[in-house]
Amino acid sequence: MKIKQVFRITAVSAAIVAMGMATGCRPQTSGSQSVGDAASRVYVAPGEHDEFYNIVSGGFNGQISVVGLPSGRVLKIVPVFSAHPENGYGFSEESKPMLNTSHGYVPWDDLHHIAISTTNGEHDARWAFANGNNTPRIARLNLNTFETEEIIEIPNSAGNHSSPFITENTEYVIAGTRFSVPIGTDEDNDVSIDTYKKNFRGTVSFIKVGNQGDMSLAFQLVTPGVNFDLSRAGKGKSHGWFFFSTYNTEQAHTLLEVNASQRDKDFIMAVNWKKAEEYIKAGEGNLVKARYAHNKLDHNTHTASSTMMEEVLQLDPKLLKDIIYFIPCPKSPHGTDVDPTGEYIVGSGKLAALIPVFSFTKLMKAIEDKDFEGEYDGHPIIRYESALHGVVDKPGLGPLHTEFDGRGNAYTSMFVSSEIVKWDIETLEVLDRTPTFYSIGHLSIPGGPTAKPHGKYMVAYNKITKDRYLPTGPELAHSAQLFDISGDKMQLLLDFPTIGEPHYAEAFPATLIKDKQVKIYRIEDNNHPYVTKGAGNARVERDGNKVHVYMTSIRSHFAPDNIEGVKVGDDVYFHVTNLEQDWDVPHGFAIKGANTAEILIMPGATQTLKWTPDRPGIFPFYCTDFCSALHQEMSGYLRVSPANSTVALKSSLGE
Amino acid sequence: MLIALLFLISCGGGDTGTITSTTTQSSGGDDEPQSIREGKGIGEITHVELTADIDENMVEVGKSIYDMKCSSCHKLNDQRVVGPGFENITNRRKPEWIMNMITNVDVMLDKDPEAQAMLEECLMRMPNQNVSVGDARQLLEFMRKNDKERTGQMDAAVN
Repeated sequence: MKIKQVFRITAVSAAIVAMGMATGCRPQTSGSQSVGDAASRVYVAPGEHDEFYNIVSGGFNGQISVVGLPSGRVLKIVPVFSAHPENGYGFSEESKPMLNTSHGYVPWDDLHHIAISTTNGEHDARWAFANGNNTPRIARLNLNTFETEEIIEIPNSAGNHSSPFITENTEYVIAGTRFSVPIGTDEDNDVSIDTYKKNFRGTVSFIKVGNQGDMSLAFQLVTPGVNFDLSRAGKGKSHGWFFFSTYNTEQAHTLLEVNASQRDKDFIMAVNWKKAEEYIKAGEGNLVKARYAHNKLDHNTHTASSTMMEEVLQLDPKLLKDIIYFIPCPKSPHGTDVDPTGEYIVGSGKLAALIPVFSFTKLMKAIEDKDFEGEYDGHPIIRYESALHGVVDKPGLGPLHTEFDGRGNAYTSMFVSSEIVKWDIETLEVLDRTPTFYSIGHLSIPGGPTAKPHGKYMVAYNKITKDRYLPTGPELAHSAQLFDISGDKMQLLLDFPTIGEPHYAEAFPATLIKDKQVKIYRIEDNNHPYVTKGAGNARVERDGNKVHVYMTSIRSHFAPDNIEGVKVGDDVYFHVTNLEQDWDVPHGFAIKGANTAEILIMPGATQTLKWTPDRPGIFPFYCTDFCSALHQEMSGYLRVSPANSTVALKSSLGE
Repeated sequence: MLIALLFLISCGGGDTGTITSTTTQSSGGDDEPQSIREGKGIGEITHVELTADIDENMVEVGKSIYDMKCSSCHKLNDQRVVGPGFENITNRRKPEWIMNMITNVDVMLDKDPEAQAMLEECLMRMPNQNVSVGDARQLLEFMRKNDKERTGQMDAAVN
């Protein structure tokens, strides 16, 4: 029987994998680990919808991918920190301010982590937050429009990696700096690098999230100079606390690979943010100068604006006691994850051969009893054993991240041994392990970091792809793998390629948002200063060397479509209003020689392309989004004359 | 089974009549719905009561909607651009047909032979411009006035 043979081969390859792990650290064979009926279990029939949205970070592409589960199909790419020629994000006049920073226009970032908004610790999926790692920023996406609505820069941060995790009612989204740096004025910060221990500081910033999602930098805690890696908020009984993993508590500033791996234990930093709020209410804290950009999209004008902020409220927990406690955690912890009940805090020491699990109840008692084993830069260190629930022994090599299924089980990704290990949170017993292909980073269970996981599927986001797909030269798509975790054993169902380099992803039931999607923007509500409400208002106006084209688009023509009287040296602004009021009918606009990109205008919106003609001649423009049977006819001509020309400015349609 | 809803539209002092509308009738098989046979198209609008006078307030609102959402494709004379010119529309089409075409264009293009004939001629599906029943009635008033001014006649297709 053919099927039997397949199973036998699978069993053999599994045995080889197991041997490989026993002898080396890495599976030697790719193998086929999937179960026989895997295809039918991930099949979403034509016209049907996936059960979950998976919001996936794009890493070095600065974008977010929206993926359907269980099919693994990519549904959309949302530009966040990176300019996106596909729709003009970062190129149109309206979207450029969204990428403004205190360093000016920064059209790229490294987007690592996703946080989906929660209420009472459960996904409500109003917004997705994402971190910009390189030029520290946090972005907020509206999950009814799938647009980036807001970006706030983080001052006194350098490498916003420990971010954008959120509290259980989305009170705060946080930003912990990966790199500690001097945090005084620009002049004060000009210090010798080898004065790290004296001059470098860490910060963790708490961004307040308003009812409409609006972000504001509420306060910043100044900490000892260490590297913050990841973090999670407490929930349920531990609501009011935040837990940050740290490494380089050695405070090395060179060859961190060796010098930041010296100590047997680094720390998880426990932050009592309710205590910090009390201090602020009592008037504590210092307002200090800080420059950071705060950018917001206005849906009525379809335009983003950027405001440069001037100061930030800082608290020094060395002086303001009881905000910060350090919990020893073995060997450079990477992930710190809180179980659905809020009782257990899992530290994943990426160089450790065990996984410590801390108890919130024990932590509180240790703090109450002042059960400390010393101080770190003036902050109390909790006695390790006093906060410890227990350890998972020999789980594998290189534990990174842990998610939960809501049935008392935890799933930890093992980078070095390239596997996922399932274990019991109470008994700490290893229940199952499955190889991943290859070298898993983050893993994601729908609702996995929340108080209410949907423990049906799990996605492994792998760092290495090698032979999993048809080869495409030196660079390969990063591999993701979908597992069924509804039974006792994890079962591999599907491999799928991804966009960019996914780090973290969150998933939630599609029913939370799919009936709330915005389909059009009402043209009546368009308050763009250069809106053209109707073809009768289409026109061209000159203001010095600026030419404003008030243009409309509807299937299948632009108004106007003949323009003359533009001169070399002019800046031409095409303000294109899409008069369509039907779902899924954007129009695009592009003109020959534009040094930017196209603009893609949603129904009812106005977007502006700036164009500086460099020579006289006739320049065609056209619609770039196939819109109708007469799409190829949706075009026009613009005449450019020499700078000293006397050709009158005029525009027309159908004349 | 038809559930009749009554839309009362009163603007200023002028009572311009009532519109009776129903939930969309989905007819099975090859049976052409009664409303299509009557030249009223298909959609929410089953009966429009017109008044002899033109309500200028409604015309004004109707014109602003026309300028914003319709004028790109429909001229006010008899010239076809993307879609047909509006001149004589109320003399050729029943008010119910006009309002159903505006508010229920996708179903009209699927089921109404007159609408389908227009699509074959223009080769451009008329877009759904998200116009409410109330706004469609204001547009109708604007069309009536346009016909009256250009041809001296309006509503000739009512009976």
